[in-house]
Amino acid sequence: MPMRKVMKGNEAAAWAAKLAKPKVVAAFPITPSTLVPEKISEFVANGEMDAEFVKVESEHSAISACVGASAAGVRVFTATASQGLALMHEVLFIAAGMRLPIVMAIGNRSLSAPINIWNDWQDTISERDTGWLQFYAENNQEALDLILAAFKVAEDERVLLPAMTGFDAFILTHTVEPVEIPDQELVDEFLGEYEPKHAYIDPKRPITQGALGFPAHYAESRYKVWEAMENAKEVIKEVFAEFEKKFGRKYQMIEEYKTDDAEIILVTMGSLAGTVKEFVDKKREEGIKIGAAKITVYRPFPIEEIRALAKKTKVLALLEKDISFGIGGAVYADVGRALINEKEKPIVLDFILGLGGRDVTFENLDEVIEISKKALKGEKVEEVSWIGLRKEIL
Amino acid sequence: MEIPENVKKRLSLPAEEYFYAGHTACQGCGAALGLRYVLKAYKNRAIFTIPACCSTIIAGAWPYLTFGAPLFQTAFETTGAVIGGIEAGLKAKGYKVKGEDGIMVVGWAGDGGTADIGLQALSGFLERDHDGLYIMYDNEAYMNTGIQRSSSTPKGAWTTNTPGGKKHFLEQKPKKKVIDIVIAHKPAYAATASIAFPEDFIRKLKKAQKIKGASFIQLFAPCPTGWRSPTDKSIELARLAVQTAYFPLFEYEGGKYKINMPSTKKEPKPLEEYLKLQGRFKYMTKEDIAALQEWVLREWEELKKKAEMFK
Amino acid sequence: MAESPFKEEIERVEKEYSEKMTPGAIVYIPGSSVINKTGSWRVFMPEFNRDKCVRCYLCYIYCPEPAIYLDEENYPVFDYDYCKGCGICANECPTKAIEMVREVK
Repeated sequence: MPMRKVMKGNEAAAWAAKLAKPKVVAAFPITPSTLVPEKISEFVANGEMDAEFVKVESEHSAISACVGASAAGVRVFTATASQGLALMHEVLFIAAGMRLPIVMAIGNRSLSAPINIWNDWQDTISERDTGWLQFYAENNQEALDLILAAFKVAEDERVLLPAMTGFDAFILTHTVEPVEIPDQELVDEFLGEYEPKHAYIDPKRPITQGALGFPAHYAESRYKVWEAMENAKEVIKEVFAEFEKKFGRKYQMIEEYKTDDAEIILVTMGSLAGTVKEFVDKKREEGIKIGAAKITVYRPFPIEEIRALAKKTKVLALLEKDISFGIGGAVYADVGRALINEKEKPIVLDFILGLGGRDVTFENLDEVIEISKKALKGEKVEEVSWIGLRKEIL
Repeated sequence: MEIPENVKKRLSLPAEEYFYAGHTACQGCGAALGLRYVLKAYKNRAIFTIPACCSTIIAGAWPYLTFGAPLFQTAFETTGAVIGGIEAGLKAKGYKVKGEDGIMVVGWAGDGGTADIGLQALSGFLERDHDGLYIMYDNEAYMNTGIQRSSSTPKGAWTTNTPGGKKHFLEQKPKKKVIDIVIAHKPAYAATASIAFPEDFIRKLKKAQKIKGASFIQLFAPCPTGWRSPTDKSIELARLAVQTAYFPLFEYEGGKYKINMPSTKKEPKPLEEYLKLQGRFKYMTKEDIAALQEWVLREWEELKKKAEMFK
Repeated sequence: MAESPFKEEIERVEKEYSEKMTPGAIVYIPGSSVINKTGSWRVFMPEFNRDKCVRCYLCYIYCPEPAIYLDEENYPVFDYDYCKGCGICANECPTKAIEMVREVK
């Protein structure tokens, strides 16, 4: 029988790792993710987890050791956040290019400067082009589930790409919630053994991984990553379906909430989705027809699902805890890509909020609705708005 | 290649080749020869990690491959971490790593990738005492990017970013003693070696295999392209570097030092014999040469004292 | 005359050689570099005087390619398919049995 335990998001991630039985874990402490490797070391120390734990001297070395271990052909897990993920940046490309299905838990945190340890999504969003699959969890249960699903998708032969599952710093990493821990037996059935055919180092198998690729071959190798990411869309759906069958919890690329007759749909990711759904309920009580949508899978980007969502509404209001300076939120650009060639499309507005751990309040969301309504009436509004800015100190 | 039995007896090196011809190293490349020796010593019982460096090119561009052993190519500064990861992965799969008949996990990085950008990962590898061998092939500059100084470049050397000029004349800092940094970690085994003395090098490789824990070898590997030296002088230069005590060969094991070469009883050869064969030193004044000679002898005395103290 | 130790390898590699892109751009053919004939780089070529050779094997040991193998009588054979003409063999030969001469192509 599955167990229910009250735990922090970080513990849920560590439990996911324990259930997935990686053979090697290499990690370096960083707020707010530190508890993940800490808990894993406890599991290893107690003999509850049979993994080599490499206590590296930096995140750069953490991911490098993961790449080496994954290339040796074993399941590998790590965790980090923020600056740590940024430090890993160059090796993230290597992991994807070499098709090593490493799974990483991220306590989504802002980036310096100024130094700030609290939540936004700038860390993972900034790694969107590395070739890693990206999942975003709304709560601690999702953190656990989406790490397990990430392993399954990443290791699928049609995909073979590394994956990161993000869950918001402190809001989830350090907050206790009841989490259902699935049966080990079921997880074993679900994941199976990782038995790579392409990339594994063996003394009997003199292959080269990561060889120099000249202009005559480089693009083809990159295309293979593109193709794998495209394949992932189908694989993710299959994996989510199997997950639901086995564990009873349903996941989708995009989860919709009261969208059918919504004039405005608030689109977001991560724990903010919880707040937004509550807000939708409140507004609906007031007779305002709004809905919500949560992007669970950000890479590959759910283009078809966004198009379907767009057909249902007049305004898509994107709530983003990230910023790509000089253009707007990253998700804004992605949604734009999904809709640009659609004949009919809603107004799409971008709202930057919740940066560096700033709370997102109902007042903030009211402001989003106000701006969206103005746009609906044909009034000119900013395409990208910063919500909740303390203008008095600017 | 089939080596006749009678020759095998006289040949002091293993006959098998797991380093294949057709590679694209420059003429007279010391690093290529070093790789040939390592592959001779370990055959295909070693797994190599090479960061971005000249050896990336030597190992072959896709789909060509110079190696007859598994090879993993990685980012510039990651060698120490990657071999730690490979070791962990292989152990998790139940392989015996290191020891008499164990698999060798070998990192092969240049002086830039070791003394500079890779120093942190090297330190981590040594400190965590991974069962692996880190070989730094030392050609005393960033050769792959076009001969820029590294912290392993000796004082007085010309490189493309220490070109001389009125205000700033050639490399101003002495060669960083990476081996001393390594020994400060008290590793299981550390040694210097030279491509001019393959038997000594291969003996050290075998020793590094037997001893459990982190091992390190700094291999002196001349680069005719970067040193502006004739391609046929690579071995001669490597030999002179040892004979002048510019690059003495020694071992550190279990807290003890052992000097292999040159003889501690005789005066080393004058450094100038080594310097004059290389275009990179041609801008040095008499005073520069005298100062470098003095530095070499002082370092040599220091090593001898250590060897005397910890024997 | 003995055959190049790489002859069989070349046949093997030519048979297996493929440019088909693999996931992760993994190279699966060990020693595939043998089909790359680096002898074309050469300006000076080693000319060997068998009479002077004492079969010390230093040329064989110090060849960075390797492009020197041994014949039935254990004399060195120079593999001009790969020899880049660096001259290390000539420089290290204790009896001057190898001389570098400008190659006329």
